Amino acid sequence: MPAPSDPSDPADGELAGSVTVLAAASLTEVFDDLAASFEAEHPGVDVVVSVGGSGALAEQILAGAPADVFAAANETAMATVAEAGLAPEATVFATNTLELVVPAGNPGGVAGLADLGRPELAIALCDETVPCGAASVELLALAGVTAAPDTLETDVKAVLTKVLLGEADAGLVYRTDVRAADAAVVGIEIAEASQVVNRYPIAALAEAPNPDAAQAFVAFVLSAAGRAALAEAGFGVP
Amino acid sequence: MSRNRASQQRARRALPAVVLAGAGLALALLILPLVALVVRAPWDRVAEIVGGDVVGPALALSLGTAALSTVVSLALGVPLAVVLARSHAWPVVPRRLLRAAVTIPLVLPPVVGGIALLLLLGRRGVIGAWLAEVGIGIPYTTGAVVIAQVFVAMPFLVFAVEGALLSADRRTELAAATLGASRAQVFRLVTLPLVGPGVAAGAVLCFARALGEFGATITFAGSLPGVTRTLPIASYLALQSDPDAAIVLALVLLAVALAVILALRDRWMPGVRA
Repeated sequence: MPAPSDPSDPADGELAGSVTVLAAASLTEVFDDLAASFEAEHPGVDVVVSVGGSGALAEQILAGAPADVFAAANETAMATVAEAGLAPEATVFATNTLELVVPAGNPGGVAGLADLGRPELAIALCDETVPCGAASVELLALAGVTAAPDTLETDVKAVLTKVLLGEADAGLVYRTDVRAADAAVVGIEIAEASQVVNRYPIAALAEAPNPDAAQAFVAFVLSAAGRAALAEAGFGVP
Repeated sequence: MSRNRASQQRARRALPAVVLAGAGLALALLILPLVALVVRAPWDRVAEIVGGDVVGPALALSLGTAALSTVVSLALGVPLAVVLARSHAWPVVPRRLLRAAVTIPLVLPPVVGGIALLLLLGRRGVIGAWLAEVGIGIPYTTGAVVIAQVFVAMPFLVFAVEGALLSADRRTELAAATLGASRAQVFRLVTLPLVGPGVAAGAVLCFARALGEFGATITFAGSLPGVTRTLPIASYLALQSDPDAAIVLALVLLAVALAVILALRDRWMPGVRA
């Protein structure tokens, strides 16, 4: 048994300690998997994944949260952290596109984006201040559809929940969210969606309490194994 | 001798240092976050943000729904408080069940309350599915905001009024009745003045809780500007994109809460007896 290594000693070569990863809500499932694989490769490391809205996570970092890695759902959220000098090297590691989601059985008879304008349907979208909402606004404009939303949710998982419970007839979420949800929802692909691509940047943070493990985790996400896991979850891998 | 007695009284009144230290820390915990809010507020942007298109509709919606929720809570909560106050004479089991039913919304996380409301009144809910058949949809409406607020806020009013009823001296009512007052007269001239301050304190608590409601509202009613997006929800959303705006929205909520408290006389304040 090797002696427990000091996480602050890079010469040791052996990673240890905990690494805190702040990740966008849409990364929940795939980052849980990645964290488990990383821990299997580095038994001395404990990965703590904290998920939330990208903007809220960026605020936590600016407020001095002791985080090691930040993975955002769009480049705007990363930019606010980078501007403060806290994310020196951000790399785009995944892309995502939107998909229509309806409850199983499609009670509203939704066939395409245009149905989001039907006032008699209950429609859930993300608020435009969060990444999925900004992408939704762009997509709807591109398709020339005026949506009639009944609620503008605070993150993409909240939209999915409304559809999952049958309280919304349709919503716009990332295709990865549809993939991660169970059979209670059905995704409908949209032709224009490929033109509105969310790019996910990741960075080891400048003030990371565990900088070596932070670098190693980022490298792992960008590695072949990381890319395979992301692709399997439905993300585009650049 | 008298000096000795005075010093004894002083000694009896002086509180132990540990109590004072605890009270000081408690006060700091309650006050300092609000001080930080005021200190860090982007004062140069307040006018611009308050005059923007977010605060106005959210504030109007919050004040309107919280006022309506307080009226509904008064109409339904006062009778419930009367029953609760009388329940002290009941057998143990029904008495405890009634008390638990009123307490549960107080201890439940509001998001859970929102889910429960969806399961009852949502389109696939126990009652909601039936309502949906006749064309009535409750989620995503301002009415859903009021229902969520009443669910979380009414218990505050019920317990405040029950407390007032229990501490009111029933002999005064009996005396009035003996002296020939009718039931209505007893209620209007004796009971109401006795419990009035308790009802007012309960209404203030209820209004304040309704004004701050977030979790049950966003879960059950959703979040649409002008319809269901109350000030706390607008503040939370602003935190994602414009933290300055979130701080200003929080200040607006704080100002409204302070205004409500200051508008009421001291004796109507929760915890202060007339």
